[in-house]
Amino acid sequence: MATLVPAVRPRRHGLPALRGYFWLMVALLYLPIAILFVFSINANTTLAFPLKGWTLDWYAKLFATPQLLDAVRRSVIVAVSSSIVATALGTMVAILLSRFNFRGRDALTGLAMLPLIVPYVVLAVALLILFHALGIPLSIATVAIAHVVVALPYTTLIVLARLIGFDAQLEEAAMDLGATYPATLRLVVLPIAAPAIISAAITAFTVSFDEFALALFLAGGDQTFPVYLYGQLRYATTLPVLIATAVLLMAATLVLLVVAERVRRR
Amino acid sequence: MTASADSRPAGTADPRRSSFRFLLSPPAIVLSLFLVLPVLLMVVVSFRPDLSGNLLGSFAPTIKQYQQAFAGAGYWRSLGISALTALGVAAIATTLAYPIAYFLAFRAGKRAALYLILLLVPFWTSYLLRVMAWKLMLGEGGVINSVLLWTGAISQPLDALLYNRGAVVVTLVYVWIPFAALPILAGLGRIDIRLHDAAADLYASPWQQLRRVTLPLSLPGVVAAFFMVFIPTVGEYVTPLFVGGTGGSMYGNIIQDFFTRAANWPLGSALSVIMLSATLGLVIVGLRIVDPRRLLAR
Repeated sequence: MATLVPAVRPRRHGLPALRGYFWLMVALLYLPIAILFVFSINANTTLAFPLKGWTLDWYAKLFATPQLLDAVRRSVIVAVSSSIVATALGTMVAILLSRFNFRGRDALTGLAMLPLIVPYVVLAVALLILFHALGIPLSIATVAIAHVVVALPYTTLIVLARLIGFDAQLEEAAMDLGATYPATLRLVVLPIAAPAIISAAITAFTVSFDEFALALFLAGGDQTFPVYLYGQLRYATTLPVLIATAVLLMAATLVLLVVAERVRRR
Repeated sequence: MTASADSRPAGTADPRRSSFRFLLSPPAIVLSLFLVLPVLLMVVVSFRPDLSGNLLGSFAPTIKQYQQAFAGAGYWRSLGISALTALGVAAIATTLAYPIAYFLAFRAGKRAALYLILLLVPFWTSYLLRVMAWKLMLGEGGVINSVLLWTGAISQPLDALLYNRGAVVVTLVYVWIPFAALPILAGLGRIDIRLHDAAADLYASPWQQLRRVTLPLSLPGVVAAFFMVFIPTVGEYVTPLFVGGTGGSMYGNIIQDFFTRAANWPLGSALSVIMLSATLGLVIVGLRIVDPRRLLAR
């Protein structure tokens, strides 16, 4: 048996170099994040080496800064509401694209994917003009509307990928057995799509929660956390508290995304 | 628009028709109202002489804004610089991502899925935070300077690290590397591994194997990665705002200025229309070169 194995395995060439390169890149990718974390528990407002000591003061101060907590609360409200709407709309588009043949199908596909391409600064000024023209004051609602638009391609694609993987004959069978189409949607299509719908909702949440480019134009006085952070950047003394907040939020987002990934793969 | 179930004979009423309207109306309304209408309004505003009076009121259309945009060498220069920056970022990020994708596709073995997640975690963390992190790294009192001072490599902090084009490029490359690896990985995944064996059997050196077999076959993924980085980077304005300073500002920052500080909406709209047209043109070129559906199909 052993004679059949070639003496040389030419396919594994370059392995140590490639492996080393991969881990170097991973280290470089994590380094700035690690620095943020170190900064958030560093007993100084600058990150001068050698470090002087550690503290959890910044995390304690975070909960004693009402404007900061307000900004985080606004971000949560915007992210939850825009996620619900974007997921509902994305599910509708996904059902249409995977289960119906109609004129305008390509147009709907293009339109739903368009926010992936339009530069955020262009979408932001276009929406700013719209809200100004209609006399709608800027608020968290206008930010949420913008986030629905940019999250829609993601929610659509996630649900669509799930629905394409399932045979439409299940629905035909339900209807042959007397179910109306709305009942089929409710009892067959939505349960099939459920894991993807949850995953889409979490993805939309994270897209919105961290979003700055649109919010800067559309938040007005209702600063979301990223906009608040940007506004506070010039004050060096508040920076560690902001970074501590951001580290906490980043950890929460990561947990959400891991959950989303697990749900999607079910 | 009519709905038709494939399996039903022609002439029978489709029982799904009312559901079709129910499903189509909300997304169609939202997309028309908050995507199509704003862009159209922006185009209209770009033909206004100024912003006096009601934004929806009538006015004498003029191409003054476009003349100003095209006449001033500054805007062209800025658009060119943005395109060059994006080109550089996309080229560097794609090049650096290729060996990562290659390792994951052919050398990581059973752990590939785990390694991929490891690679994507930084990409999933806040975009704003990663940009912030680079501000902390490159600043005058930042990590790089203070480490260099501590080790005695320099005696004065370097102020040339932050607030310039280089800082923008480094930060953007860092942000995009994991993202660029994904389409390349998809492209490499489509390659039949037996082709490598065949090349080796025909005495191709490892280098020849890469250049003559793997690279050409993975080209659609590489091109996709390039465009997926290039297109959003052209319109970028947030990274220059944080780490670019005046020396590193891009075309998007000019648009931003016209809608905030300078308050010249008609000219800002004209510049936005130019940017949107350029981006759409790029996407059409990109889709001509690589069909995303073919890349995803196995």
